[in-house]
Amino acid sequence: MNAQRLLEFADDELILGWRNSEWTGIAPMLEEDVAFSSIAQNEIGHARALYELAARELGTTADELAFDRSPDEYRCSKLVQVRLVPDWARTIARHVVYERADQARLEALRGSDDAELAGLAAKIDREEAYHRMHAQMWAERLADEPRFSEALAELEPLVDARDEHLPELGELWEEMTMVRRSLAGATW
Amino acid sequence: MVTAEQVWEALAEIPDPEIPVISLVDLGVIRSVDVSGEQVRVEFTPTFLGCPALEMMRDAMAERIAALGAEPEVRVITDDSWSTDRITPEGREKLRATGFAPPTPRANGGPQLVQLQSNAFRCPYCGSRDTALENIFGPTPCRSVRYCRSCRQPFEQFKTI
Repeated sequence: MNAQRLLEFADDELILGWRNSEWTGIAPMLEEDVAFSSIAQNEIGHARALYELAARELGTTADELAFDRSPDEYRCSKLVQVRLVPDWARTIARHVVYERADQARLEALRGSDDAELAGLAAKIDREEAYHRMHAQMWAERLADEPRFSEALAELEPLVDARDEHLPELGELWEEMTMVRRSLAGATW
Repeated sequence: MVTAEQVWEALAEIPDPEIPVISLVDLGVIRSVDVSGEQVRVEFTPTFLGCPALEMMRDAMAERIAALGAEPEVRVITDDSWSTDRITPEGREKLRATGFAPPTPRANGGPQLVQLQSNAFRCPYCGSRDTALENIFGPTPCRSVRYCRSCRQPFEQFKTI
């Protein structure tokens, strides 16, 4: 698999991880505070493993790929860039749309000729199964809510939009890389 | 010269940083130990990729091996070789005895929501199957939170992966 496609996947997981972590401490229920924090932790863990694979191909490091590129070099989908706090219905809609697209991507990667990538995809999928169950639970609960169906219709077309970025990504990048940019040679 | 058996024994003394009742060997995360002269190479898989204790475990293993007088090389493997089915019977009993319900066996196709909402899970305190899913997620990525209706006690359930 070429490094650009690995970066698309890794960037999606990293940025979604940050977006999900924006609910930490302020989710509408304690259970969801725990859930979104845990999902965020998983997504960032997946991003790290994917950046490590890409870094080997590109002769760099995972941290450099994650934090030292300029915002317009990121390859993440517009879906993960949108800042949705404090809109719960749209947050759940993004969760549902993302997990569906991610499942299809993982299924394809599990069949990859690259054994290392196929293995990593299978490992990621074991964890994602719990994200999907969580998304499914909420999709069933909100099925009759017009706000939720509207949000699905609004967010679905963003999945494959990677060429242009939203201004929100630049703002997130500022926050995300602040410590690293302030200290020469800082690592996480 | 150090033997593979001595290395396994040393590694069996390293507790999981987040659930210290269970060791890395009990968890089944150590995939191989290769001894070649003074060099000891260990391969291990993280339980969850976002595990914040990864570096801590790697350093702890390297330290134990160095203490045996060998030169450690600890490699993190991110393939699909680990499942909760690899947790040893001793490990499961240690989990249960401290109030963590051990993971159920992994079914073909992996876990499903309907199963999580079923009565397949046993309370680690009273043994009842009358337990309800409170939250798929818990204090660490590997745990869910359930509630036992029989003894009215919340408990942590190790996720099946």
